[in-house]
Amino acid sequence: MSNRRQFLKSAAALGAAIPAGAAAQTKSDHDKQHAHNMRQAAAAQPRPYMFLSQDEVAFLDAAVSHLIPKDELGPGAKEAGVTYFIDQQLFGGYGSMARKYTQGPWPEGTPQQGYQSPLTPAAVYRAGIRDTNAYCQKTYGKTFGALARAQQDEVLKGLDGGKIELEQVRSPFFFNMLLANTIEGFFADPVYGGNRDKAGWKLVGFPGVAAVYTSFIEKHNVPYKAQPVSIADITGRLAKVDEYGHPIHVMLDDDQAGA
Amino acid sequence: MTTKLKPVDVVTVGVGLTGTILAKELADSGLKVVGLERGGWRDTHPDFDMPHAHDELRYARRHELMQDLSRETLTFRNAIGDTALPMRQMGSFLPGEGVGGAAVHWNGVTWRFLPWDFETRSRTLARYGAGQLAEDCTSQDWGVTYDELEPHFDRFEYLYGICGKAGNLKGQIQPGGNPFEGPRSRDYPNPPMKTSHVSAIYGKAARELGYHPFPAPSANMTRPYTNPYGVTLGACVYCGYCERFGCEMGAKASPQTTVLPVLMKNPNYELRTLANVIKVNLDFDRKRATGVTYVDSRGREFEQPADLVLLTSYVFNNVRLMLLSGIGKPYDPAANTGVVGRNYAYQTNGNVTAFFEDKVFNQFMGAGALSMMIDDIDGDNFDHTGLGFIGGGWIGAASSGARPIDFHPVPSGTPRWGSEWKKAVSRYYNRAFGITTHGACQSYRGNCFDLDPTYRDAYGLPLLRMTFDFRQNEYRMSDYMTKKAAEIAKAAGASRMNVNPRTGKYSIVPYQSTHNTGGAVMGADPKTSAVNKYLQSWDVPNVFVIGASAFPQNGGYNPTGTVGALTFHALEAIKTRYLKQPGPLA
Repeated sequence: MSNRRQFLKSAAALGAAIPAGAAAQTKSDHDKQHAHNMRQAAAAQPRPYMFLSQDEVAFLDAAVSHLIPKDELGPGAKEAGVTYFIDQQLFGGYGSMARKYTQGPWPEGTPQQGYQSPLTPAAVYRAGIRDTNAYCQKTYGKTFGALARAQQDEVLKGLDGGKIELEQVRSPFFFNMLLANTIEGFFADPVYGGNRDKAGWKLVGFPGVAAVYTSFIEKHNVPYKAQPVSIADITGRLAKVDEYGHPIHVMLDDDQAGA
Repeated sequence: MTTKLKPVDVVTVGVGLTGTILAKELADSGLKVVGLERGGWRDTHPDFDMPHAHDELRYARRHELMQDLSRETLTFRNAIGDTALPMRQMGSFLPGEGVGGAAVHWNGVTWRFLPWDFETRSRTLARYGAGQLAEDCTSQDWGVTYDELEPHFDRFEYLYGICGKAGNLKGQIQPGGNPFEGPRSRDYPNPPMKTSHVSAIYGKAARELGYHPFPAPSANMTRPYTNPYGVTLGACVYCGYCERFGCEMGAKASPQTTVLPVLMKNPNYELRTLANVIKVNLDFDRKRATGVTYVDSRGREFEQPADLVLLTSYVFNNVRLMLLSGIGKPYDPAANTGVVGRNYAYQTNGNVTAFFEDKVFNQFMGAGALSMMIDDIDGDNFDHTGLGFIGGGWIGAASSGARPIDFHPVPSGTPRWGSEWKKAVSRYYNRAFGITTHGACQSYRGNCFDLDPTYRDAYGLPLLRMTFDFRQNEYRMSDYMTKKAAEIAKAAGASRMNVNPRTGKYSIVPYQSTHNTGGAVMGADPKTSAVNKYLQSWDVPNVFVIGASAFPQNGGYNPTGTVGALTFHALEAIKTRYLKQPGPLA
């Protein structure tokens, strides 16, 4: 502890001794190299799942690749890390219904009354995946992840429309949660583990973290094509920012831009 | 065990938009004021700092700035006779929590209600006769007129730095403003917002169809502004993250950016956060409040005696505290007696999504209240003869940000997922915009609040129960308005459109509007109102109930401007009359 504090102290002193411009240059290059190394190392390792079992990962990898498929427009939900995003969400507050009302009794209610399940989202996934796999095993002799794509598609449509009846959760309830979380994972800031390489933002041309548009908003019908910036780009100092912390965008050439 | 604290002059239950203004003015006049807030402290810095403050998942989807429903929510049913069930997660509306309340995460659209709105019943009867109102419609006059409120609208607009273009200055119609608005004594303190591409093409199309488009009145500052309290707000940078977010620029008017910097310095004021008021205490004959009881974050219970109790929470908690405390007679919809809980109303919103093949909009840029609007189909600004409904609302196209989790429109008929969906999302994300039809909602005998018989909050107290559904008047109005919106979309050159008037039973699931109104409504008759025209309880005159809970029905406008005006209206009566001679003001 005291070593670390000493190190920080001397580093600060060092920084102060070097002229500001030079320090910024050196520091920035160093940071960039360091961040680059860290990302290389992180990319080489599989991300640790905290909630999902291997079977559940296989199920979700297959399911989300149908909901948002990889195609000529770019990566799909699977490639964008949506399964990992869902894992992280289910392990955290969302999965345990933090800040939501969880007291019973739990009659099923009307569609207008919304979420009335006694299960948390984490438990809904657990039950929904197990029940769907059981249905697939019974109908096709294989779990969902092992089915042919056409069969997987058929099963997802059955859940979506409610034609496939699940034992512990209503199938559209499970499916709608999965679809909503998939869309979240595809478009949320990459800091949550999905939207890897900003695949979702690139698909639509969303520039990411809030920026200053005062001088552009009145340029009508002119596409704004910026390299998208994420939270980690800013906290990791990979993006230039203004005094309030807004990213200063690097504009893309036409052939680099997405939508 | 309850610890009894030293008495103070005034206690506000809730430290949001209304509670901060009242506290500031009353503390300035020398009274000791305590503000009790169930949530925590938060301020522009560090709580809304970049880059985390504009994280769509955290704030727009996981609602970090909103009410903690694990401690308290409400229950909901469509009709009396149904079983109400708890709202387990956020959906249709997003009540705030913490210092600043919902005025931290609002968009900033700041209207004045029309003169007509304050006299809905009498003017409807005069122009159309009783046949125009549904039999179970309980909409009524407010007991206060626009002319009485005009100086208070003005004070609020200057305090919150509203940016807009006057349409009616002392009776003179002004080009470029809203010609239907009530006469205003002076222009807005700040000029309107910039014109986005969407604003421009929507405005042009609306004008060609004979409407009168104008920029929405906005609480997103178009330039740095110092308000009459001496607090300076920053200028908006059009980042596109207002609703559901705090503002890192201090450019969105909120208690933090307009009032708190001076209020917190006043030695007469004391703020207590994480202090949850569970009851207003009354004396033995229930004619006088003696103070409030609250529980702090360590579970300690305190009694705070006060001469004046101001309920300045959101609609729901204002009404719930009255019911829990026995202030006023609870409303009984079967017998049609009582007043507390009566006339809950909402907002009847429809929309049109317009898709284009040859235009781009960059809708991720913008501001909460950057919008072009028409008011031709609002209130009684048009002849309702033969239409089968009363009221209306604004129709507008906003550039209020396009965060992609929530905004990725696709033409109807597109599958909900899969390759075709993905192609449509990619194609139209930057080639579509929405037109909102922001409709009024009348009040009805069966739409009301009471205490739920089954579900309880974290303190073991009954939750508020909401009973609500739309009626024929609202469906017809929404259909009429949304057809008009579709005509504008067509005139703007949309290649395709999704047209969604409000249909079917009200559902608490999809987000619609945090414009809940009523339950402690104002009026001239204690048989049909819980508070008088000064928002003072008829039954317990040292309790004032401030907020949209006083709206007897909801107009076609965002409520905040009118909430601000009612706050100053009540404040003036408290300062000039009540404090000199405490007792009933009407």
